[in-house]
Amino acid sequence: MAATTTTPVRPTRARAGRRPLPPGVLPLGAGSGLGLGLVTLYLSILVLLPLIAVVITSTEGGVAGFVDTLTNPAVSSAIVLTVLSALAATAVNVVAGTLVAWVLVRDRFVGRRLLSLVIDIPFALPTIVAGLVLIALYGIDSPIGITLAQTRAAIFVALLFVTLPFVVRAVQPVLEELDPDVEQAGASLGAGRLAIFVRLVLPNLVPAIAAGAALSFARSLGEYGSVTLISGSLPRRTEVASARMLSQIENDNLTGASVVAVVLLVIALIVIVGLNLVQRRAARRG
Amino acid sequence: MAERTREDVLDDLDRVDRIDGAGSSGPDQPGEPDGSVGGPTPRPGRTRPPRPAGSGPVRWTLRLVAIGYVVVLVLLPLAVMLVRVFGDGLGAFVASVTAPEAVTSIILSVEVAVQSVVINTVFGLAAALLITRYRFWGRSALNALIDVPVSVSPVIAGLALILVYGQNGWFGGALAAVGVQVIYNAPGIVLATSFVTLPLVVRELVPVLEEIGLEQDQAGRALGANAWQRLWRLTLPSVRWALAYGVVLSLARALGEYGAVRVVAGNILGYTQTMPLLAAQRYTDLDENGAFAISFVMVAIAVLSIVVVAILRPKEES
Repeated sequence: MAATTTTPVRPTRARAGRRPLPPGVLPLGAGSGLGLGLVTLYLSILVLLPLIAVVITSTEGGVAGFVDTLTNPAVSSAIVLTVLSALAATAVNVVAGTLVAWVLVRDRFVGRRLLSLVIDIPFALPTIVAGLVLIALYGIDSPIGITLAQTRAAIFVALLFVTLPFVVRAVQPVLEELDPDVEQAGASLGAGRLAIFVRLVLPNLVPAIAAGAALSFARSLGEYGSVTLISGSLPRRTEVASARMLSQIENDNLTGASVVAVVLLVIALIVIVGLNLVQRRAARRG
Repeated sequence: MAERTREDVLDDLDRVDRIDGAGSSGPDQPGEPDGSVGGPTPRPGRTRPPRPAGSGPVRWTLRLVAIGYVVVLVLLPLAVMLVRVFGDGLGAFVASVTAPEAVTSIILSVEVAVQSVVINTVFGLAAALLITRYRFWGRSALNALIDVPVSVSPVIAGLALILVYGQNGWFGGALAAVGVQVIYNAPGIVLATSFVTLPLVVRELVPVLEEIGLEQDQAGRALGANAWQRLWRLTLPSVRWALAYGVVLSLARALGEYGAVRVVAGNILGYTQTMPLLAAQRYTDLDENGAFAISFVMVAIAVLSIVVVAILRPKEES
């Protein structure tokens, strides 16, 4: 009865800071091998080859072309504006997101579930709609008299809007798993509320906050839809890097657009890797 | 025992299916925020007694700040837009949404979204199974590659697709020779949408597949079920809510993608103009209320999908 021979369950080592591996894994067979081939093919056609094309195209102008593109005032100010706005939005998210997650997990009040639903809205809302929603409130005929249209503040608000859920949703599950006994022990030993949060709770949250911050920063760096209409995309003033790339593409300057793309990808990579290190270090300490 | 009928096997499989959570592994380590991407992870609900967040004034301050922040940032602008959508009366809204260019944009958006979600669901299921159940060379590279679209600007996604599939792109000549136009055409929009929604289904499935492990599957195999039977009768029923959740998220995202589609679609009126492109077009044409009207359709879809997901989530507990 060949059908009963099950694959021996290999003992798996749960490495520090990693989710424990599933209780058993299989070697690739004919069917799964074919599946892997198709999955790889699809990924190559859709993601890998196109991104390689961006990198190769960016080098078409040589070093001089690279430097020329980046020293173009419209390009350099767009990149600087984008990075600074993304950093600012991420910094706010780290504080506000942790706070909102805390309230969602530790507080009980009428409308808590509704608050939780509202936090998902920016995820589900199309970016262009997010932009139009903000225009309805902060546009030129703002009903509350606050016009942010064509200002850099508009970019900041739009980024906060679209990245709201990242830190909240990263921190929330970790906070739920946290054992309140530790905090009670801290309190019974006479530690103040702030000391308990900073010394006992926060260290456990750091990896989750870093993960949420990385997502929030990466998203902010590439955000286009929600930002473009309300910022007006004025070159050298309110034009973000994505809007600059689009205008380069529309002017058939694909090489220039690729240069900006590569710079953005490298910045995103540096920040993601950096925050990943923070995550691991914190996980090891915990 | 070689005479087991197909029905016997299926019966046994149903029984195996009922042994639920047999393979669930230990609790999540707090140091691992599961790197999930693109969406909130459905959590199996737990009913713990409420823990007050401190006493009196501190708790109230935190609560008010949190609620105030979310309300001012999200709800207030949304409410203002809804008021303005219906400010000109229901008739104006209906006329705006049933205008010919609006109808064609809605149809195109739905067609594109359905196609890319179907593709990504099949891909997502295959990729998630490969990542969780098999060990092979390049597995972590595959895993990392799936997350790339999240960290890439949608404009870069569009640019990348143009460089490969555009007229002067790598494959542009070959595609033109066989009479296929990808960029500035519907296939390009489907590609761009698929790029952007690529990780959503995978990331919902992987944690659930890790949780259920392989015991069910091995039991099914022991009972003589073939790979398809195990997939249909064991694996899919176990992951159905996560799968549904991923599909809803992908649909919502696919219907509303703007940046990547904007680059590859060329915004040809009534031909490659999706709902988000129409909304932007109307706004630039100074038809603000028309833009709000078509946006309202998308808001309704978004809110509906959140509600569907919220309904799906608790079912995971049972």
